[in-house]
Amino acid sequence: MAYERKFKIGKPILEVNNISLAFGGVKAITDTSFNVLEHEVRAIIGPNGAGKSSMLNCINGIYKPQQGTVSFRGQVVPNITPNIMAQMGLSRTFQNLALFKRMSVLDNILVGRKLHTKTNFLEVALQLPKVKKEEKLNRERSEEIISFLEIEDIKDTPVGKLPYGLQKKVELGRALATDSSIILLDEPMAGMNVEEKRDMCRFILKVNDELGTTMVLIEHDMGVVMDISDRVVVLDYGKVIGDGTPDEIMANQKVIDAYLGVEH
Amino acid sequence: MKPIFMTYTKKDLINLAVCMVLSVLIIPTFIKTEYWYTSILIPWLCLALATIGQQIVMGYTGQLALGAAGFMAAGAFAMFNLILRVPDLGFVGSLIVSGLIAAAFGILFGLPSLKVRGIYLMVATLASQFFIIWMIDKFGWFKNYDSSGIITAQDIVILGKPFTTPLAMYFVCLAVTTILTLLAMNMARGSTGRNWMAVRDMDIAAESMGVSLLRTKVQAFAISAFYCGVAGALFAFCYLKSLEPVAFDIKLSFKILFMCILGGLGTINGAFIGAAFILLFPVLLNAIGNNVFHGAIDATIISSIEQVIFGLLMIVFMIYEPLGMAKLWENLKQSMKSKLSSSRIKGVKSPVLKK
Repeated sequence: MAYERKFKIGKPILEVNNISLAFGGVKAITDTSFNVLEHEVRAIIGPNGAGKSSMLNCINGIYKPQQGTVSFRGQVVPNITPNIMAQMGLSRTFQNLALFKRMSVLDNILVGRKLHTKTNFLEVALQLPKVKKEEKLNRERSEEIISFLEIEDIKDTPVGKLPYGLQKKVELGRALATDSSIILLDEPMAGMNVEEKRDMCRFILKVNDELGTTMVLIEHDMGVVMDISDRVVVLDYGKVIGDGTPDEIMANQKVIDAYLGVEH
Repeated sequence: MKPIFMTYTKKDLINLAVCMVLSVLIIPTFIKTEYWYTSILIPWLCLALATIGQQIVMGYTGQLALGAAGFMAAGAFAMFNLILRVPDLGFVGSLIVSGLIAAAFGILFGLPSLKVRGIYLMVATLASQFFIIWMIDKFGWFKNYDSSGIITAQDIVILGKPFTTPLAMYFVCLAVTTILTLLAMNMARGSTGRNWMAVRDMDIAAESMGVSLLRTKVQAFAISAFYCGVAGALFAFCYLKSLEPVAFDIKLSFKILFMCILGGLGTINGAFIGAAFILLFPVLLNAIGNNVFHGAIDATIISSIEQVIFGLLMIVFMIYEPLGMAKLWENLKQSMKSKLSSSRIKGVKSPVLKK
């Protein structure tokens, strides 16, 4: 690809250092380390139960790993919580859709603007001029995202009433609304048909291209992963079995064995 | 529809104008019977205000709380003591401070919501109900060491003018309720309300977007208790005209809960609809008992029938229309609109397709 990127891949923005996570006696992740470089599209793949979602939950602070640390821009983040990570500029989507079901698409995306909302409840109650100004800016940004994702016609629909593929789009929109420097996508294309997948890939690449947002995604569709990601990390039974460019991964014997099974 | 003021559409402003004209001009001109003010309109406004409080914590933030009457008691007795001991504050000042005192209780009893949820939270918040009533009963200071158990509320004096007639009290309640309702709507439609609803619908995702669960929940409890506290003070001073802890028992909490659910969870106008329904329904039943059956049905039976019907309605609404009467009203308007527009289409002669 002789294609010039506007945002050159830079230094590591996120580093996962020797993370181990267990639920009771079940080890979900064992001593796993990898990094994510700024402005890259990084895929995490692996068979079912490999610990991919658990990995994202550790990075995002929903799970507390028993061992290991997560570094953001070279700094180890102590006491990770989802809130702290959001404030540092990390947003995410969820595997099983975690939208605000009774709220409209626009309102869902507006919640993503939370960290750009500085006014308190009293100011909101009194509708002070600065509240109106801030709300206007947030709404404008949300409308931009809505038209970017081509979902203008459903923006006032409660998300609970939307089909799965559209809900996935809204969730991406909400993550985008945070203006985060890094977005974790947990199976953004699960349950989609070929066309919807192509759309989603286009959005992911476009965001990465135009805004330089670092993307970390979990995906099962190998074709998609190999097409859009710069680097891939492969997990199996909670361990890293491969890490490199798509070409390297495709040639990696351990990965092939994990996916196709191996004769013992 | 283009918003005029950010969150308000032209339709909202028309609705507001209609409500104001109705309540400020039409009602006082046409209703002269005192009964309507003292027994229906004043308690309706007070309880609707308390129901807005319940809506904020339950309908918007999704925290099952049951103790609105406790916060109302806190507000009412705070009001009594403030007027008694700090007369310089004046009526409006005391009303605000009573709300703040209730809000402090709200923060305290809202803290369990960080650890428990659902029905367990409901049980935890019941503590507020019993604790506040117990505290007022236990320490005579709150009742100014009055031995009779029922204290007469002081007269309402605003800027040197007494507000003692039912009509004047109605206007006091109306003014306070209108202002607080507008503030609640601003919050509910703005970023504050979005945070509440985000916590209600999916707390983990809300947290991942930077919404602090601690702050949002505690804030909702505090604002809710503020509304209940102010409502309680008005309830005692304009409606009951006396203060006794028994008036704020668990039954009142349940009543407010019913108003909230029947009116429609997560709506502000639902608070008014629900409160009106629960207040007027017994009146209606009594009227039916007296006029249709000519008193053949005992009053106690009528009040039991009332309970049965409320219970049934709760179940029916929970199953078929969880968004309550506000949603029914909305649907009715929608169907009227579509009927109107379809009749308009009928009037137009459309080209008939021919083979």
